[in-house]
Amino acid sequence: MATEILMPALSPTMEEGTLAKWLVKEGDTVQSGDIMAEIETDKATMEFEAVDEGVIGKILIAEGTADVKVNTAIAILVEEGEDVPAASAATTQVPQPAAAVAEAAPAGGSLANSGNTAPLAPVKATPPWPEGTKTKKQTVREALRDAMAEEMRGDGDVFLMGEEVGEYQGAYKISQGLLDEFGSKRVIDTPITEHGFAGIGVGAAFGGLRPIVEFMTFNFAMQAIDQIINSAAKTLYMSGGQMGCPIVFRGPNGAAARVGAQHSQDYAAWYAHIPGLKVVMPYSASDAKGLLKSAIRDPNPVIFLENEILYGRSFDVPLIDDYTVPFGKARVWREGTDVTLVSFGIGMAHTLEAADKLAEQGISAEVIDLRTLRPLDTDTVIASVQKTNRCVTVEEGFPVGSIGNHISAVLMEQAFDYLDAPVINCTGKDVPMPYAANLEKHALITSDEVVAAVKQVTYR
Amino acid sequence: MAARKTTAKPNVSADELLAYYKDMLLIRRFEEKAGQLYGMGLIGGFCHLYIGQEAVVVGLEAAAEEGDKRITSYRDHGHMLACGMEPGGVMAELTGRIGGLSKGKGGSMHMFSKEKHFYGGHGIVGAQVPLGAGLAFADKYKDNGRVTFTYFGDGAANQGQVYEAFNMAALWDLPVIFVIENNQYAMGTAQKRSTSTPELYTRGEAFGIKGEVVDGMDVLAVKAAGEKAVKHCRAGKGPYILEIKTYRYRGHSMSDPAKYRTREEVQKMREERDPIDHVRDLLLTGKHATEDDLKTIDKDIKAVVSASADFARESPEPPLEELWTDIYAEV
Ligand SMILES: Cc1ncc(C[n+]2csc(CCOP(=O)(O)OP(=O)(O)O)c2C)c(N)n1
Ligand SMILES: [Mg+2]
Repeated sequence: MATEILMPALSPTMEEGTLAKWLVKEGDTVQSGDIMAEIETDKATMEFEAVDEGVIGKILIAEGTADVKVNTAIAILVEEGEDVPAASAATTQVPQPAAAVAEAAPAGGSLANSGNTAPLAPVKATPPWPEGTKTKKQTVREALRDAMAEEMRGDGDVFLMGEEVGEYQGAYKISQGLLDEFGSKRVIDTPITEHGFAGIGVGAAFGGLRPIVEFMTFNFAMQAIDQIINSAAKTLYMSGGQMGCPIVFRGPNGAAARVGAQHSQDYAAWYAHIPGLKVVMPYSASDAKGLLKSAIRDPNPVIFLENEILYGRSFDVPLIDDYTVPFGKARVWREGTDVTLVSFGIGMAHTLEAADKLAEQGISAEVIDLRTLRPLDTDTVIASVQKTNRCVTVEEGFPVGSIGNHISAVLMEQAFDYLDAPVINCTGKDVPMPYAANLEKHALITSDEVVAAVKQVTYR
Repeated sequence: MAARKTTAKPNVSADELLAYYKDMLLIRRFEEKAGQLYGMGLIGGFCHLYIGQEAVVVGLEAAAEEGDKRITSYRDHGHMLACGMEPGGVMAELTGRIGGLSKGKGGSMHMFSKEKHFYGGHGIVGAQVPLGAGLAFADKYKDNGRVTFTYFGDGAANQGQVYEAFNMAALWDLPVIFVIENNQYAMGTAQKRSTSTPELYTRGEAFGIKGEVVDGMDVLAVKAAGEKAVKHCRAGKGPYILEIKTYRYRGHSMSDPAKYRTREEVQKMREERDPIDHVRDLLLTGKHATEDDLKTIDKDIKAVVSASADFARESPEPPLEELWTDIYAEV
């Protein structure tokens, strides 16, 4: 019986890939475990092994084809001596993953609307660089690498250290090419020893170097959190200003896709709690680049929170030499009049999506990307709320002690008279991250929840 | 077959040999199926396969008694199958369904069984090592004669908490066997690139913990070493270290560019050192089984694995209420 060989999913976040190379040809016999093809994802080139034995009856997707969706039939496997079926309808389709349980319709809707419901004209984000600046499209991944490379070229004391940053080119390919350019003195593979190498990084910073310490993910920085907080964040103060700690701790933070409770947590609020740390959480590629460069130059310990899902997203990055973004300045992505949406990091993706949905319903949202959580640009948030009189915050982390809670408190203290409704904090759910696809979806923040919150604060 | 020095006369019965063969084959076929379901998008996230390492857990389970405990890392499917957890329940956890051992809430890396004394399934490299010592602490406290098998990798062996656990385990004579599954790589890092001294079995010397190195591709050698370690622990002599040299055939997880070793290296291991082929040879040359017997076994195991995959596909997703349960135990 013939079976279709489907484009495999080779990583938690892969949706499509390039069929880089076939290592078998039609008529070849394959055994389970034989390498059949090389498949390229945004992270890596991987080998694809045969699961069943048989003969390659037909190759359906030629090598070099890009953007092949996961589960597309790429070849037909037949048994020895069997003919290739004329139409692929004659083959057994390997079943598709079960569809997720249908979601309940989002709250809200068209009832009891007061005021304008006509769709608004689309709002374009105003870029934060001078008009007429040339830009290029870059992924967040490339922007981060460029930021490190530029700073390493500029300052011989900057070095990168972490698990798999060198020979493997980074577990998430952020340090691609850096070992080749800077050598193993400055791009250092560590053992799996987070508390140890975080401490060595802090000591090296005391000793006059400028370490960039990569955590494979911030989940593993919990192994090292004592050195980050007790040693890196507090020493300047304890030494009466003598002993600074110029270090960057960076890596992916927050949920990826279905990696379960111990690998899916947003630590933004944890680090933002600590005096002595600076905390950065970029959304776009240009901010990732400009803020990472600022972080490396900063004389203080900086926690730089990236996101695996954002790594592959592309944004305009300005072609400006030595482009940096200062800490403590939020970015207004779109101006609006009815409500202020405040977010950061991947929360921005849901927030911008919500703003689009709201515009279709005639609600004009101003969208603020905090970009740095410490220092926090409360001025920009307050100024916006003075205009819109309503505020919804959006983040992926747990609800208790969230960044949104803090913003609400600031608004209550400093803009109470401008508020026409209580501030609502949209957050991840108050549960460890479940693995099941349907539960994970419900644990995470969605743009529909943001839309519903906005309806609530605008009384629509 | 290969240039392996066959254990001259296996010190086990034909039935035992056959049982190890079946147990190892079940793990292998199960893992192959899991890899296949992952490729189809039925399993998500991380999925760390145990293919190549089967003899480690099967050999040690052969040395364990009812009531002994085990705890390991995220590379845990083999450990669960070897201690008798239901293949269907494991597979359905991989697909994130209600029929899974954690109701779909844990995933590949996080499964547990009170009944089989399996304490997980841990995602943070090295974290299970003090936990294993803690299980042994409880056993010693209760004076119940039990032993805990605490499994971890060559990469994990560099974590600081491992040595904190070694010290206390030795100080307090805890009945724990530290099993270092040295598959020679931690993700893309070959062991020699991450350790100042590669002989991991000597890592307990400073604490006064005995250790030995074992051929992890030979289930009988593993069993023999396991029995020695168990005897030591049960006699109240404290912890024991087994460094078991093994090899993982597949990538670290599913997304592994595999540039850190050659295809030939993997192929050579598969051809010359495969732990299942080894037992297969012993069975055939010792005339304990015929080719036909083994074919029947293979068929039966394939059927078990297929049934587990069917169950894992058909079991429904957990109901949404499950999002909010199991956060706290009832008071
Ligand atoms: C504290 C921590 N750091 C890093 C990781 C990421 N990580 C997962 S597995 C792994 C390699 C572990 O290798 P080893 O201990 O040899 O076990 P193996 O995977 O070979 O079974 C790494 C670095 C993690 N899960 N936890
Ligand atoms: Mg290993």
